[in-house]
Amino acid sequence: MSEEQEPVTRIITPVKVDYEYTPGVTSERFLLGLKQGKLLGAACDECGRVYIPPRGACPRCAVPTSKIRELAHKGTIITLTIVRVPSDNIDVELPYCAASILLDGADISMTGLIQECPFEEVRIGMRVEAVWKPEAEWDPAHR
Amino acid sequence: MAEHAAVVGIGQTKYDAKRLDVSQPGLVREAAIRALEDAGLEWKDIDAVVIGKAPDMFEGVMMPELFLAEALGGVGKPMLRVHTAGSVGGSTAIVAASLVQAGIHERVLTVSYEKQSESNAMWALSIKMPFAVAMVAGAGGFFAPLIRGYMQRSGAPEDTGIRVALKDRQNALKNQYAHLQMPDISFDMIANSPMLWDPIRYLETCPSSDGACAMVIADAKHTKASGRPAAWIHATNMKTEPTLFAGRDQVMPQAGLDCSAELYKKAGIQNPRAEIDCAEIYVPFSWFEPMWMENLHFAPINEGWKMTYEGATAIDGDMPVNMSGGVLSSNAIGASGMIRFAEAAMQVRGQAGEHQIEGAKKALGHAYGGGSQYFSMWIVGDQPL
Repeated sequence: MSEEQEPVTRIITPVKVDYEYTPGVTSERFLLGLKQGKLLGAACDECGRVYIPPRGACPRCAVPTSKIRELAHKGTIITLTIVRVPSDNIDVELPYCAASILLDGADISMTGLIQECPFEEVRIGMRVEAVWKPEAEWDPAHR
Repeated sequence: MAEHAAVVGIGQTKYDAKRLDVSQPGLVREAAIRALEDAGLEWKDIDAVVIGKAPDMFEGVMMPELFLAEALGGVGKPMLRVHTAGSVGGSTAIVAASLVQAGIHERVLTVSYEKQSESNAMWALSIKMPFAVAMVAGAGGFFAPLIRGYMQRSGAPEDTGIRVALKDRQNALKNQYAHLQMPDISFDMIANSPMLWDPIRYLETCPSSDGACAMVIADAKHTKASGRPAAWIHATNMKTEPTLFAGRDQVMPQAGLDCSAELYKKAGIQNPRAEIDCAEIYVPFSWFEPMWMENLHFAPINEGWKMTYEGATAIDGDMPVNMSGGVLSSNAIGASGMIRFAEAAMQVRGQAGEHQIEGAKKALGHAYGGGSQYFSMWIVGDQPL
């Protein structure tokens, strides 16, 4: 044994926790819609604002969003960023353009990747359309 | 009417990328001891301890307040932990102040910290959520689109953010505790630094820091008896809103507009820009200075950038902002809000050294957190309100 060992001051101890998620009634309806190529939002019972993906209740009115609304696959870019920094949890190839998109008929934006045009052409206010992967790759659970 | 309360002691650690010389307990204790020394008090004089930090996921220590109780002299005393994401340092100070203002305790020690070298905040803030594609890359990935939204609606010149970063990095040179000390900083250096989350450049971004900040908050009786300069707490306020709801203005959150308007009312302030001498506000990405200038009612909507551009927020301007170098120069996340509150208190106590605003009598401390959804603020003055 070496006599002159450095004292241990730091150790790295990775922690792993596995969860089993249940989407719940509202998210399940949205995910099953994706499986059929549909974008299903839900309108607030009180103010009528349309949420997508729906979370089951409207945070403004604190009432359920029970009216299902099938939304168009077209929308408008509200804002965007081009990400050039890696992150352990993100599988998308760098750099990528992530945009907040307000679908026609929705009252809240969704985040989507803009991959079909050069970054420098992406603008706030630009009209965009959902481009779906081949149907065989549709996996709404995103596993 | 609540009891008067004042900050009578402030302690900060040196902020650094890696404080390998201290453990988490050692880090918080360093700030706490300095605050006690500044207040001329001992551990036995403290009635309660209020501690804050950002999410447990950062360092991976669940409920760190439990294992920090001894280091902070909390044994046998009430000890509370506060959490409101990035604004936590501010809300922690407000909880501590409220215990004194309510007449429950006479002298409360409050501490906030983060040890980012033992954590991975980028990872902790980009957790893969079930049933969704992960696209939001950490805090920068979340806030960059909001900044772009602000640029679009305000028509601010594109170099506004660079100007903020240059100012704050120059101010940091006047603050012995600031993490980033860049004596050769220049406009071009910032402009040419890599784009991380477009439009946020590397040098327009806060660092990852280790550090802690502590304050002793006392009632009027003890404050007057101490014979030391005090920062009297004129008003505190907090507001919250959900991250996502239909029609939410994420660029100019209503919670922030309401929080500051109420704060000024409580503090008897009618014209914040004229009546407040200086402000320490939470600016983790340069563009948040002009955005918060508007949210804090210092400038009309879409005109906050003019204050930066005209030099109003410079240390020699009419409304100095982030004289300490701000979050852009030191970001021990959980502590960052409390540092803003403490730096505001230092100004009215006249103890800010090289970055002191001469004759500051009234100062604002501000913090925000989450998805621009938690706001905490206070106004301190050199005299009781």
